[in-house]
Amino acid sequence: MSVNADQVRHVARLARLALGDDEIDRMVPELNNILGWVEQLGEVDTDGVEPLTAVIENHLRLRDDVVNDGNCRDDILKNAPDAQHGFFAVPKVIE
Amino acid sequence: MSDLTLKTITELREGFRGGEYSAREIAEAFNAAVVAGRSLNAFTVETPELALAAADAADQARAAGELKPLSGIPLGIKDLFATEGVDSTSGSNILKGFKPTYESSVSANLKAAGAGMLGKLNMDEFAMGSSNETSAYGPVISPWKRNDGGNAALTPGGSSGGSAAAVAAGLAPGVTGTDTGGSIRQPAAFTGISGIKPTYGRCSRWGIVAFASSLDQAGPMARTVRDCAILLEAMAGFDPRDATSLNLPVPQWEAGLASDLRGKKVGIPREYRIEGVPEEINAIWDQGIEWLKDAGAEVVEISLPHTKYALPTYYIIAPAEASSNLARYDGVRYGLRDTPQGGNLDAMYAATRAAGFGAEVKRRIMIGTYVLSAGFYDAYFTKAQKARTLIKRDFAEAFQQCDLILTPTAPSAAFGLGEKMSDPLAMYLNDVFAVPASLAGLPAMSVPGGLDSQGLPLGLHLIGRELDEQGVLNAGLAIEERAGFNHRPARWW
Repeated sequence: MSVNADQVRHVARLARLALGDDEIDRMVPELNNILGWVEQLGEVDTDGVEPLTAVIENHLRLRDDVVNDGNCRDDILKNAPDAQHGFFAVPKVIE
Repeated sequence: MSDLTLKTITELREGFRGGEYSAREIAEAFNAAVVAGRSLNAFTVETPELALAAADAADQARAAGELKPLSGIPLGIKDLFATEGVDSTSGSNILKGFKPTYESSVSANLKAAGAGMLGKLNMDEFAMGSSNETSAYGPVISPWKRNDGGNAALTPGGSSGGSAAAVAAGLAPGVTGTDTGGSIRQPAAFTGISGIKPTYGRCSRWGIVAFASSLDQAGPMARTVRDCAILLEAMAGFDPRDATSLNLPVPQWEAGLASDLRGKKVGIPREYRIEGVPEEINAIWDQGIEWLKDAGAEVVEISLPHTKYALPTYYIIAPAEASSNLARYDGVRYGLRDTPQGGNLDAMYAATRAAGFGAEVKRRIMIGTYVLSAGFYDAYFTKAQKARTLIKRDFAEAFQQCDLILTPTAPSAAFGLGEKMSDPLAMYLNDVFAVPASLAGLPAMSVPGGLDSQGLPLGLHLIGRELDEQGVLNAGLAIEERAGFNHRPARWW
């Protein structure tokens, strides 16, 4: 499988990356080169093989359903590019 | 008093405890070395005042007879770790100015053990790179030079390049690194120091900026195997805030160090004899085999048949996880924001990310987004997860015949800055020996083996069974004792 400029533009939109046409053009052969290389995995017989999801055997733990943090609004907002009235501020979303 | 910056952590600990010198003298010596070493570009932030404050606390603790394991030892911390009140930017413009209001579990553990912090260490942006050249702060320059009389600037390796250069140049006696696909081991090999990536889950990932969560592990880098054992003991431990943290006691790795390998079997994987690898790499590997035999180990040939597929598997899984993890950098909560004139929220996200991420990070986000997208998920991502199962199975089968595996750490010595940046695939291939152990979550370590004909360090790589850091450290110690590697880069900086 290889990608063309339109597909790369679509992926960039999914990834929320504003890429110019020249960047898109540069990326097409780069991505195809990498994708072509990873496709050698097609040679591997994986019939009946379970996908690996946990590399070391571990069990997800449960904890008591009690509040264990919070009350740190100012800490959370401290690094925000724009914080107003105790909220993250962003450009207008609703016209 | 001899130069404190030439000493190992073990030696500093002994000298400090024995009253030969104060923690303040140690911190001052390293603070001065950090300043003198600025041309290496190893640090992104210097925190001499934090090193001194910890040193004063250590001196008081010594007077009160309340020493902690790392009292008196100043360390460098990779920029990927969140450090409270100190810029933590992961080598990226998108996090410029980010001062966490919390401390990562691993660096908090080190602090609690009495260690001070000299500063934050330069790295490839979001740990994506093998040469430190993708950093927004510019590349770290290795303290090592070729002996050909030329003055070529070499890479210290990556992504923990600042960490490696700092230890090799004597700017810090020990440092933290992180390893997703070789980022502790390859730079350790390139700079003639030791570094260990523990079993996945030994060190908490809480507060470490996530690259590929199923692979990321923190670990120490230092001059000696014993120093690594000391640091790892302080870094590791169960943390309920990391869902993949292993709820196991931390072994006493330092006390358990023993280089007698009688009764141990060391496997040599035939698939790691790769065509095109310089003869010197295979020669140091053969030398390593002899050293382990000399230490009493029995050497057996083993097979890891899916080795060839480890890198392609990694370069699907790691970018996929990265594209998901890096979705959080959107200009809303921290770091950079770029809002185009009249742009809406979506335009702000896209412009911020385009302005804040470097070329390699964008490339990996694009690959990751593509392999996770509708229609391609099974062909790429699920396929890679299945291949990962087979790679892990290879190791499980090999470990029925041996206790440890020995390989070279990297397929070359350090290369020159700029030599591989134009070819992403050539850069990726540098981690060919390191990546399989990452995919299998196994403990693995690089120790210096010797110098090549150009006078550059070459590393030997030990892989152990899961949770057998002790076995890895012990074999590393056996090599260290026999290699007698005490070369240091001639000081030019």
